[in-house]
Amino acid sequence: MNTADPTTSPSITAVNWVAFKTLVVKEIRRFMRIWVQTIVPPAVSAVLYMMIFGKLIGDRIGVMDGHSYINFVVPGIIMMAIITNSYSNAVSSFFGAKFQSHIEEMLIAPIHNWVILAGFVVGGVCRGLCVGALVAAVSLLFTRITVENPLITIMVVVLTSTLFAIGGVINSVYAKSFDDISIIPNFVLTPLTYLGGIFYSVKLLPEFWYNVSLVNPVLYMINGFRYGILGSSDFPIWWSFFVIVIFILLLAAVALHLMNKGVGIKS
Amino acid sequence: MYALEISQLQKTYDNGHQALSGIDLTVESGDFFALLGPNGAGKSTAIGIISSLVNSSGGEIKIFGKDLVHERNTCKLDIGLVPQEINFNIFETPMNILVTQAGYYGVGKAIASERAEKYLKLLELWDKGSEPARQMSGGMKRRLMIARALMHEPRLLILDEPTAGVDIEIRRSMWEFLEEINRSGTTIILTTHYLEEAETLCRNVAIIDKGRIVEQGAVSDLLSRSMVQTFVLDLKDTAVKSPVLDGYKVVRCEDKRLDVEVVVGQSMNGLFGQLQQQGFEVTSMRNKSNRLEEFFLRLVSQSEAA
Repeated sequence: MNTADPTTSPSITAVNWVAFKTLVVKEIRRFMRIWVQTIVPPAVSAVLYMMIFGKLIGDRIGVMDGHSYINFVVPGIIMMAIITNSYSNAVSSFFGAKFQSHIEEMLIAPIHNWVILAGFVVGGVCRGLCVGALVAAVSLLFTRITVENPLITIMVVVLTSTLFAIGGVINSVYAKSFDDISIIPNFVLTPLTYLGGIFYSVKLLPEFWYNVSLVNPVLYMINGFRYGILGSSDFPIWWSFFVIVIFILLLAAVALHLMNKGVGIKS
Repeated sequence: MYALEISQLQKTYDNGHQALSGIDLTVESGDFFALLGPNGAGKSTAIGIISSLVNSSGGEIKIFGKDLVHERNTCKLDIGLVPQEINFNIFETPMNILVTQAGYYGVGKAIASERAEKYLKLLELWDKGSEPARQMSGGMKRRLMIARALMHEPRLLILDEPTAGVDIEIRRSMWEFLEEINRSGTTIILTTHYLEEAETLCRNVAIIDKGRIVEQGAVSDLLSRSMVQTFVLDLKDTAVKSPVLDGYKVVRCEDKRLDVEVVVGQSMNGLFGQLQQQGFEVTSMRNKSNRLEEFFLRLVSQSEAA
């Protein structure tokens, strides 16, 4: 049965390309198989946000930053769903693989660690995009918004979901229990997202809190996305790209370092 | 050519436990090799290091002549691993598990699907191929792990207790399958607690205890060095006390059962002659344990005593 010819072994580059595609397909299959848990809930939450904050309260607020309040919050609500889902996809999939030990299937295979990281990240990005598209579609029930800068919108979405998917992998590398994968989303991610200008313009804040808000990286992502959709932002768009790319490079380096050392995945 | 060469392999875990203290081991290409040892001896640690799941603390490993550290990914292409614990995604179907694993080794979907069908049929799992793996029995899961390890057609297959908890009928069919794999040229390294399995399947063996190799060689050579065999004799009538036999050590285990130790080369006629003289009628006789098991137990007990 062993037909392997040692003289015609495939190149490791070719192996890694096939492995990457396999990993991405596996990741997409995973979240699509449990779409009731992964895709639908963010859409339900988004409907509630848009109905309560956008419509019921928003109609009384009036205009925010030159836009109707519902139009102002929709980009933030979409971005919140993208951030949360790209992160939680990577963290739950990677930790699930650790918990059930099937991460070993990858560790024994001739795959570079950066390919494993890329596979989980692309899986997270795909779920972020799916959820983002669904929430955007749902928002059309409440308002008519047009995309001012499609290219910038797509770039911000892909880069932001990439960043949070990498964060999810790092979280799951360290996680030893299911509690450990809920601490960061609950106590770090959610506050940063809510205080990142989803529901308000930071220009409304007193100077002290405005300056505090500037150290919140999520602020630049939400504003970058809002710029793509509405054409206006609290900051120049290049600030957003600069912050996102710097954080991607930083977190990717940390994630790869941890995986190369075998932290949390090898004895 | 050696499929596996290990020299001075060491592993000390973070808690200070020294699992391997410098083992040397060679496995010839095409061999069916048993790595035996009591629980905690270091077998799984050694396998973990060979398969890149555990970082070593020192030493060198070569797979078909290639250094595992410097050519790790090339070496990994040659290794298939069946781990001790079930470690696939139980929510996936066996078909997806196999095709995905092949993909990790660069095997495209079309070829992977063909191979998956072949191995699922050979291992009698084909009718379960499209159901979630969690619905499979323990024996089926074990066979699925063997199929998974073969999906990239490795030259070296490592099986860590592949038949643990599997009923005897399935175990024997797995033996036949593994013998066929070995005949086709795949080198197999097997760890098992069923020493009958090792004696039946393997040509060479190494015994590891407390992190070091205490014996290594051909199974036949080791068995020829096994000086004592224990036989169980069933008696027709109750033995009130243990008979005293000249040249044989006899223990009365039950009313109608004796354990007799016989040194290799010693005449069995003498044993039966003395029993007959003392009025014992033997109705049946069998080995108390298989010969390799006996050898193994003596070796391990010597090691513990030392």
